Amino acid sequence: MRIDLDILEQWVKPDSRVLDLGCGDGSLLARLKNKNVTGYGLENDPEQIQLCVEKGIGVIEKTLDRELEDFGDQSFDTVIMTFALQVMQHPDIILDEMLRVGRECIVTIPNFGNLQARIALMFGGKMPVTKRLPYEWYNTPNIHFCTVADFESFCRSRNYKVLNRKMISLSPLNQPLKDVWPNLFAETSVYHLTRQQP
Amino acid sequence: MAKEYPADSVGLVTSKTIRISEPLTLACGRVLENHDLVYETYGEINSDKTNAVLICHALSGNHHAAGYYGDNPEEKPGWWETCIGPGKPIDTNKFFVVVPNNLGGCHGSTGPNTINAETGKYWGPDFPQLRFRDWVESQRQLADALGIDCWAAIIGGSLGGMQVMRWALEHPERLKHAISIASAMSLTPQNIAFNELARQAITSDPNFCSGRYLDEGKSPDAGLSLARMIAHITYLSDSAFEQRFGRQLRSGTFERGQETELQFEVESYLHYKGKQFADQFDANSYLLITRMLDVYDLAREYHDDPVEAFSNALCKFFVVSFSTDWRFPPERSREITRALVAAGKQATYLDVETDKGHDAFLLPIERYVRAFKAYMNNVAEDVSHAD
Repeated sequence: MRIDLDILEQWVKPDSRVLDLGCGDGSLLARLKNKNVTGYGLENDPEQIQLCVEKGIGVIEKTLDRELEDFGDQSFDTVIMTFALQVMQHPDIILDEMLRVGRECIVTIPNFGNLQARIALMFGGKMPVTKRLPYEWYNTPNIHFCTVADFESFCRSRNYKVLNRKMISLSPLNQPLKDVWPNLFAETSVYHLTRQQP
Repeated sequence: MAKEYPADSVGLVTSKTIRISEPLTLACGRVLENHDLVYETYGEINSDKTNAVLICHALSGNHHAAGYYGDNPEEKPGWWETCIGPGKPIDTNKFFVVVPNNLGGCHGSTGPNTINAETGKYWGPDFPQLRFRDWVESQRQLADALGIDCWAAIIGGSLGGMQVMRWALEHPERLKHAISIASAMSLTPQNIAFNELARQAITSDPNFCSGRYLDEGKSPDAGLSLARMIAHITYLSDSAFEQRFGRQLRSGTFERGQETELQFEVESYLHYKGKQFADQFDANSYLLITRMLDVYDLAREYHDDPVEAFSNALCKFFVVSFSTDWRFPPERSREITRALVAAGKQATYLDVETDKGHDAFLLPIERYVRAFKAYMNNVAEDVSHAD
């Protein structure tokens, strides 16, 4: 389930040009067509690519590694990556690249600092396995976990300006608390970033 | 008794010939006062003529892309039967498909093996040196003659894909989609080297007679056959050879105590392919077309900048490569895609995993055919929305 699509749709400006890294079945770009947004999705899974082609989404088969060498500086308004930053070998380089290629970027990160994860680790003594992150430690593609606090201090150190952020929690108990104390109660956080002008 | 053809085939087809009487000024400066194009069509054109699709054939291809002539019980269908027909990617229930034999080809269109009206003799080596833009121009004239203002798509693999891109730049307003499969924006020195090897094989055949073999009543079959054998090696991948032939012997034995002529299966296959090709292709056409390939450079007239070149295009692009194609490797298609993206064009790029090499574009590779069909469904929708 991509609960972040509504948020992304709000943040992406009409008539803008978007690059969606790890675009999956192309749902986001398909939705953004309503706002006359154009652009491409990058994907490397043949089944997902097929779904993009069926939707008429401009999809480019590519495995994301560290660089976005195929794309020129500031050639997109917004570069988006949902649910993939934590699988990158070098998330720091990719973020930097996203803000080279795009004037703005939007990333979604699972917050590993949330209460359930902490409880699982503290009392279970085991790496948390959740519905959204169903893998065991040895087979998970998610190799770079961070918390809301980690990510925001990283952004400060890189001079990234947070234009918008949105905390998401599926659990009704966390709803009132996720914005007050996101590091503990948000399960997923979505960031809209740009480079701080020097 | 009429033979039954598969339900997903266009079935019996016939070719037509059209005399283009509008003079064609060629890139080399010479003018063809008129020329013939032989072509086939499949499917029905709609009332406002928006569902026409142009197929650009590859080096050894021709206008017979699908269906059967019904003249021979052993007959094989046209060269792109896997992709053209009812319910296939290029769905003849939806599209009106036009496949001409290129100018300079040797299957009925004006070319080196036809008679030059001015001299009353075969054109032979005197046939003008063409460029891809001349093909495009001649096909533009065909489109005019058929009353097609705008192609729903122009589609081609290999050399055909190169032609598709040239079309998109020469007449941007006359196509909605450009589909370029296993193609490139120019040949590499290695490609040119293979072409030169093929040309040398032809021109050093004593029966080549400086290209006047038709006048002399001769035929440089050995040279042409060798040329095709060389090229054919580059169309298959190493693993395709391995799977198909292994080290199997066609004749002879490895056993001790016996001295026999050995022939490997792969050798026998290459000889067969070479001979088959020599029987149906014209040596001068082969020289002409391989030279056209060498010279082709999509971006040359755009300051060698593919981004600037593609900036002129108005259509959407579908680009496909095959992982083991070493004649036009995936990287060449990625270059196309990069330039399209930088030029802000709508583009989709697939790199299909297969062990079949360059020839994959002709084969029923499941993922490729499925994606191609999905893309063409959207093309059909685009066209019907325009109605």
